[in-house]
Amino acid sequence: MVELALPKNSRITKGKEWPRPAGATRTREFAIYRWSPDDDANPRIDTFHVDLDDCGPMVLDALLWIKNKVDATLTLRRSCREGICGSCAMNIDGGNTLACTKGMDEINGTIKVYPLPHMPVIKDLVPDLTLPYAQLRSIEPWLQTETPAPEKEWKQSHADREKLDGLYECILCFCCQTSCPSYWWNGERYLGPAVLLQAYRWLIDSRDEATGDRLDALEDPFKLYRCHTIMNCTQTCPKGLNPAKAIAEIRKMMVERRV
Amino acid sequence: MSQVKTARPLSPHLTIYRFRPTMAMSILHRITGVSLYAGTLLVAWWLVAAASGPEAFSYASAFFGSIIGRIVIFGYSWVLLHHLLGGLRYLLQDTGNGLQREQSTRLALATAAGSITLTAILWIVVALVG
Repeated sequence: MVELALPKNSRITKGKEWPRPAGATRTREFAIYRWSPDDDANPRIDTFHVDLDDCGPMVLDALLWIKNKVDATLTLRRSCREGICGSCAMNIDGGNTLACTKGMDEINGTIKVYPLPHMPVIKDLVPDLTLPYAQLRSIEPWLQTETPAPEKEWKQSHADREKLDGLYECILCFCCQTSCPSYWWNGERYLGPAVLLQAYRWLIDSRDEATGDRLDALEDPFKLYRCHTIMNCTQTCPKGLNPAKAIAEIRKMMVERRV
Repeated sequence: MSQVKTARPLSPHLTIYRFRPTMAMSILHRITGVSLYAGTLLVAWWLVAAASGPEAFSYASAFFGSIIGRIVIFGYSWVLLHHLLGGLRYLLQDTGNGLQREQSTRLALATAAGSITLTAILWIVVALVG
């Protein structure tokens, strides 16, 4: 359902302004979403000032600088710091992206950081991703075959392998998933761009033999057809992939198998 | 794990997400689509009035000829053209074309520019023909 306003317990209040680093000449202002399950307070926006001469160039560097030097309770997921694990996905400067590959110099003014949109918050910048993971599980993202397994590997021509380019690179950060207004309003029933891109990755894999069953499972007014080509997914993907195109291709497969 | 005392808040969405051209044109397509209902009612009123006789027709014509009536029709013509171009854009994208990142942005901007241009041309022609 379309609910424009946030629930009462989710409305954002004014937070704390943390002190500027002493003696810093070049600083950058950060406005960061905070919420802790340990008290009854509503979410708030805290303001921090980061010393650019003491910190790396990326937004993740700044967040860790804040955690190390200003407020150790600031909570976020991160792991690889090079855009391959997908852990530090968050909303930065109004768009979903990875904090580790987003340079501070790409943003004008105060750097606003929120958790991925329209998700339950566990703490600060950590969203609960149970729903998208369950949806990913539902499309059975693994190779399914009926013919007996070959002695060595399942072979694939170069041309068939190329069909997976632009799909296998997905790191499941869910930036696209949580950028989609259709997913915001119908997340319980619409599979969302990330999961549909994964679905397409298995649908066009020449080695997979469950194509018909996979299409049957997607033939549903909500699971696939809630995409309204808003394109936020493709616009925001930090890996430059195109979920909107994958969804359009699945729909074409649906039509083609009927004629 | 410690007991969670408070219900988890929902992270903010529409209010913090930066509108990109494709997103803006998507919601505008909805808004213009809904507005067309009102516009169609006006067209229906005009047709019913024409069928009802000269008195009702002259009353309706007087409304559409008034300043307010002309503004409404002007708005309706833009809404109709915008929704038409948006519909054509979505038709193209349903075929799997025009979905690349920059391409989709250009197409969204073209929808807006196209509807404004066509509305201007339409009304210039109306003004010239009288």
